[in-house]
Amino acid sequence: MKLSATTLTASLLVTVIGTLLVIPMMLQWERPPMESAQWGFRGLGMEHIVNPRLAARVKAANPLPTPDDPVPNDGVLVRDDHENYKNVQVLGDLDTAQFNRLMGAITLWVAPQEGDNAGCAYCHNVENMASDEVYTKVVARRMLQMTRAINTQYKAHVAQTGVTCYTCHRGNAVPANIWFTNPGPRQAGGFAASRNGQNLAGQPVPAFASLPYDPFTPLISEPGGAIRVQATTALPGNPGPEFKKTETTYALMMHMSTGLGVNCTFCHNSRAFSNWEQSRPQRVTAWHGIQMVRDINANYITPLAGVFPANRKGPTGDVYKTNCATCHNGVNKPLYGFSMAKSYPELSVPNP
Amino acid sequence: MAMLSFEKKYRVRGGTLIGGDLFDFWVGPFYVGFFGVLTAFFSLLGTALIVYGAAIGGTWNLWQINIAPPDLSYGLALAPLKHGGLWQIITVCATGAFVSWALREVEICRKLGIGLHVPVAFSFAILAYVTLEIIRPVLLGAWGHGFPYGIISHLDWVSNVGYQYLHFHYNPAHMIAITLFFTCTLALAMHGGLVLSATNPARGEPVKTAEHENSFFRDHIGYSIGTLGIHRLGLFLALGAVFFSAVCIVISGPFWTRGWPEWWNWWLDLPVWPRAG
Repeated sequence: MKLSATTLTASLLVTVIGTLLVIPMMLQWERPPMESAQWGFRGLGMEHIVNPRLAARVKAANPLPTPDDPVPNDGVLVRDDHENYKNVQVLGDLDTAQFNRLMGAITLWVAPQEGDNAGCAYCHNVENMASDEVYTKVVARRMLQMTRAINTQYKAHVAQTGVTCYTCHRGNAVPANIWFTNPGPRQAGGFAASRNGQNLAGQPVPAFASLPYDPFTPLISEPGGAIRVQATTALPGNPGPEFKKTETTYALMMHMSTGLGVNCTFCHNSRAFSNWEQSRPQRVTAWHGIQMVRDINANYITPLAGVFPANRKGPTGDVYKTNCATCHNGVNKPLYGFSMAKSYPELSVPNP
Repeated sequence: MAMLSFEKKYRVRGGTLIGGDLFDFWVGPFYVGFFGVLTAFFSLLGTALIVYGAAIGGTWNLWQINIAPPDLSYGLALAPLKHGGLWQIITVCATGAFVSWALREVEICRKLGIGLHVPVAFSFAILAYVTLEIIRPVLLGAWGHGFPYGIISHLDWVSNVGYQYLHFHYNPAHMIAITLFFTCTLALAMHGGLVLSATNPARGEPVKTAEHENSFFRDHIGYSIGTLGIHRLGLFLALGAVFFSAVCIVISGPFWTRGWPEWWNWWLDLPVWPRAG
């Protein structure tokens, strides 16, 4: 068989393009040695294989903070010092020395930058510290109530470790990992197919799969029922949840996995996802986490919609909200279990 | 078992790899050879150990019998018999039996003076097993990464290992392997159907030949791969499927630790797309 010039050119072109594509495809592979952890009975495959080179990168992105040194009490509570402290609605029960220490810490945790609208001035009118005219002060007040609620009402999730502003903020006014209702890219109208909130490439939520890219709005924006979609019987009996709901739940689960730097078997034995007896205890902690995040979003953040300016809202006008990654930042115990809250016990008391 | 009149012609001495004439004999229809003895040894010992493992395992339920590898903490060391050591010895026996069986096939091929296609094909199946139970655990540094011996338990392992990578269907080699497996069954079904259709003509019609088979496919899709070609294709599809199965599991862990969907970002990371913003 004689090759025509066209065939020859075409095959050459295919070879060159193929090679050009294979190079970037091959460059991203990882290599042994790996580290691994066993999460279930031997041979069950519930394990976690970790690339120590990637783990070092996550570690570098999650530096451990240094708590401020403790300070002795002044002996005067904030609410009793009417001369210097006005309009203190949440932290009135603090000794003034602890109050000032905490204010200094919050500044470093949330707005450490210098400049006109940073530092104390990020939340306060420095001419009149009691004034509520800067919207961030109103937000911060609600966030302090939220922090205390998390540390006292959600011990089933945060345990004795607790949280501080730093757990999420890490020196940023807006935590690095937040979410808002994601309407997706603009679609052509008319008969053009809708993508139904899924099948979008390059979406970190849901871990780059074709699953729905906004599982948060339906599942964790407000308190609601169970999100369970797994059958509890071996054979199909009655029609279970619809496909779309299953995919949305899976998208949320994929977010939990990447948000915590783990995989599905951290909580579940995939032979029976729904079965609590075969699941790891971590699944109980995660269940409480879902309830906590729903409470935070519905009762502490969304009600601030009238306070936040437009640049703190998503394209559909909802405020930036929290998900698992907001606190966890890719680590199954935020800050590798380091308890910042221990050094600020005033954040772990019930709200007045 | 009675021997057919012409079979003696093919029972010739020689062709052995090891043992010379020592084991060069038949038992009934079966050629023995050194590797036949070795296969029998390994498979009997391995089976006995599996039965022993079942006996101390707490259940005789065939579905639930489970002989699991050691905990990851044992690394690549030997484990106590009841804590994965059995699994280790059974793995040695299984590998020994499989390899001996393949070499026995080689000896038979040599006796007959035919190609080594059958033992080569079988070697791919052995490669898949060895990849799962030896190569990947060694690359990851612990025997505990192998799958357990048990009907349900090995399925649980498959499921959980898949979910370690969030969505295993995005594994590129898994995709290729599945495609080849399905294509293999398609090719086998079409080949079987074609041969049966030519040999089962309408009542009163003579049995048709390869030319009719070729004509069917030429009329149908413009091309017939031919009588020898279909077997080359079948072998290629089957071996390719097994090979990429081995690849898809050996890359999961040793060469990729994240969710498989993320692997495809290489396409989005190509420097040819317009940057947003």
